[in-house]
Amino acid sequence: MVELLFWPALLCYGEAALGYFGSAWRAALWGVRLGWLAQTALLAVQAARDDGFPWSTWAGSLDLFVWFVVTAYLFWGSRRPYRLLGLTVMPLAVALLIVARAGGGTGVGERNHYSNLFLVVHVGLVLVAFAGFTLVAGMSALYLWQERRLKQRNATILRRPAPSLATLDGLAFRIAAYSLPALTLGIGVGVGRLINRGDSVDALVVATCVTWLVWASYLVLRVRGLTGRRAAYLALAGFVLVIVVRLALPATHFA
Amino acid sequence: MHLVLVGTSHHHAPVELREQVALGDAQAHALAEELGEAVVLSTCNRTEIYVAALDPDDAERRAVAALADVEPALYRLRDRAAALHLFRVAAGLDSLVPGEGEILGQVRTAYENGTPGFLLDRVFRHALHAGRKVRTQTAIGESPSSVSAAAAALAEQVFGDLGGCRILMIGSGEVGEQAARNLRTRGAEIVLTANSKTSRDDLAAQLATADVVVSSTSSPDIVLDAATVERHRRGRQLLLIDLAVPRDLDPAIHELDGCFLYDIDDLQAIVVETLAGRRSEAERAETIVAAEAEKFHEWHASLDVVPAIASLRARAEAIREAELRKAEPVLGRLDESERNAVESLTAQIVNKLLHLPTVRMKQAAAAADGVIYAEAVRHLFGLEDER
Repeated sequence: MVELLFWPALLCYGEAALGYFGSAWRAALWGVRLGWLAQTALLAVQAARDDGFPWSTWAGSLDLFVWFVVTAYLFWGSRRPYRLLGLTVMPLAVALLIVARAGGGTGVGERNHYSNLFLVVHVGLVLVAFAGFTLVAGMSALYLWQERRLKQRNATILRRPAPSLATLDGLAFRIAAYSLPALTLGIGVGVGRLINRGDSVDALVVATCVTWLVWASYLVLRVRGLTGRRAAYLALAGFVLVIVVRLALPATHFA
Repeated sequence: MHLVLVGTSHHHAPVELREQVALGDAQAHALAEELGEAVVLSTCNRTEIYVAALDPDDAERRAVAALADVEPALYRLRDRAAALHLFRVAAGLDSLVPGEGEILGQVRTAYENGTPGFLLDRVFRHALHAGRKVRTQTAIGESPSSVSAAAAALAEQVFGDLGGCRILMIGSGEVGEQAARNLRTRGAEIVLTANSKTSRDDLAAQLATADVVVSSTSSPDIVLDAATVERHRRGRQLLLIDLAVPRDLDPAIHELDGCFLYDIDDLQAIVVETLAGRRSEAERAETIVAAEAEKFHEWHASLDVVPAIASLRARAEAIREAELRKAEPVLGRLDESERNAVESLTAQIVNKLLHLPTVRMKQAAAAADGVIYAEAVRHLFGLEDER
């Protein structure tokens, strides 16, 4: 069953990624929608067949992370100026979904020794925050691309309209402002459990805290007036840390 | 009923001729009333009279007489060609700038101002639908077609919604005024119009808060240099539009963080590019318009056979009812549900028998054989008396 849902999801996301590159907007958007439906069904089947929290492995959490990213993108993706965001988001979603499958994250049946409540709160909040930061990074990349087009005085700039610089800048700030509290709570729950059990801090916890620091700095600097290109670069730096944390998962938490 | 079009446009007549037959709303309405079922479309680029009449020659003669001042420059179209022309006009495909949106509103106004009967009502409604469809399904009208519109569109690429955006005007050249007007219609406000008497301090003070600078002076020297802009902006976003030749704004401003400087050549390059885009979109728009015009043609052609179809169905129904009456002595012994079943059965037989001939007649009508088919049906079923 999960096989029947995984492949349509992957194919639809792949079609969407290609569609965005080929400017086939309508087909791309339908790819996102249908792929999202297939992946939602996949997650539902995983949840129904598993006794506990089905995304507790690093690959499983990657599967859930992709779903969060695509869900968040769907909010904006259907609006014409934001479709270009699909150029950055959908190829990433395809790549991560393939990695999740390679790691066994799209299957069912793996057990773990953590409580469901802890996993839902800890993993869920951290993944929501990371999905938000991924979108912020996508918007920052789009901002830099759009600014470059304006600086180059590209004559085709109005033939492929993108969201305005001000819109991208403001939206990235708002999404980061919602994502950081989620990450804070997610880390708090994890650290609380560490203290309770007397476990030691691993490299991933440190990397996550550094990520939190970078994003907190981003928000503080934004409030103090940092905008534009510098803010976009800082967001991308924060996203690099998000990637690092994601890649470090199998070698630390799940080692 | 025939559709007749007589008119002239920028393709056929220069402005000296067009202005002789340009009509205001009241004049257009009066002319439409005089012509009977008519709609008069009069814009700066065209004056066209659409008339619906049983005698197309007479309708055309009267329409030509109304535009007699420019008779050598008139075109005359009928039925299918007239409808296709109107659809193209409503879609902006016949406009000076392909895809311009103003014409759709002008067609609507002409329709509301005219005296349409059922044919003109249908063709104008369909044309407005086709025009809207072209605008929603293609990008033909989305890109700017003038330097001033390109400036406003660029401002939207930087600031998004221009509501509350502050414009600093330097000089008051004609193109600069047009650009400012375009920005104002999108919600921006002019905070200062600087001229040669404006002090540098005032200019600098407004520069600190402005979002867009539009410059179009006749000054031979640079009016605003990069150092001044850097001192007052400190990295905040600023769009500068330099419409002057020689240029007013220091080209080095473009290198500053957050500053985007576009001169007249940059804007013209954008307009050329977007017009090329419009032309490629126009091909898609032509396909949509042709499909809609074909639908209208099918409907219009079916008018030729509708009376024959109606007569045929009425005759069949009359025969059915007569036969049921003849069988009344037998049917009278049936209970109500059995009688209903017989009624339903006979009605279905009639409908099924007539379905294919009805469809074929409508198809033949669209292929211009409708009148022949209608006559044949009248002859075969003896419907001549029911005309």
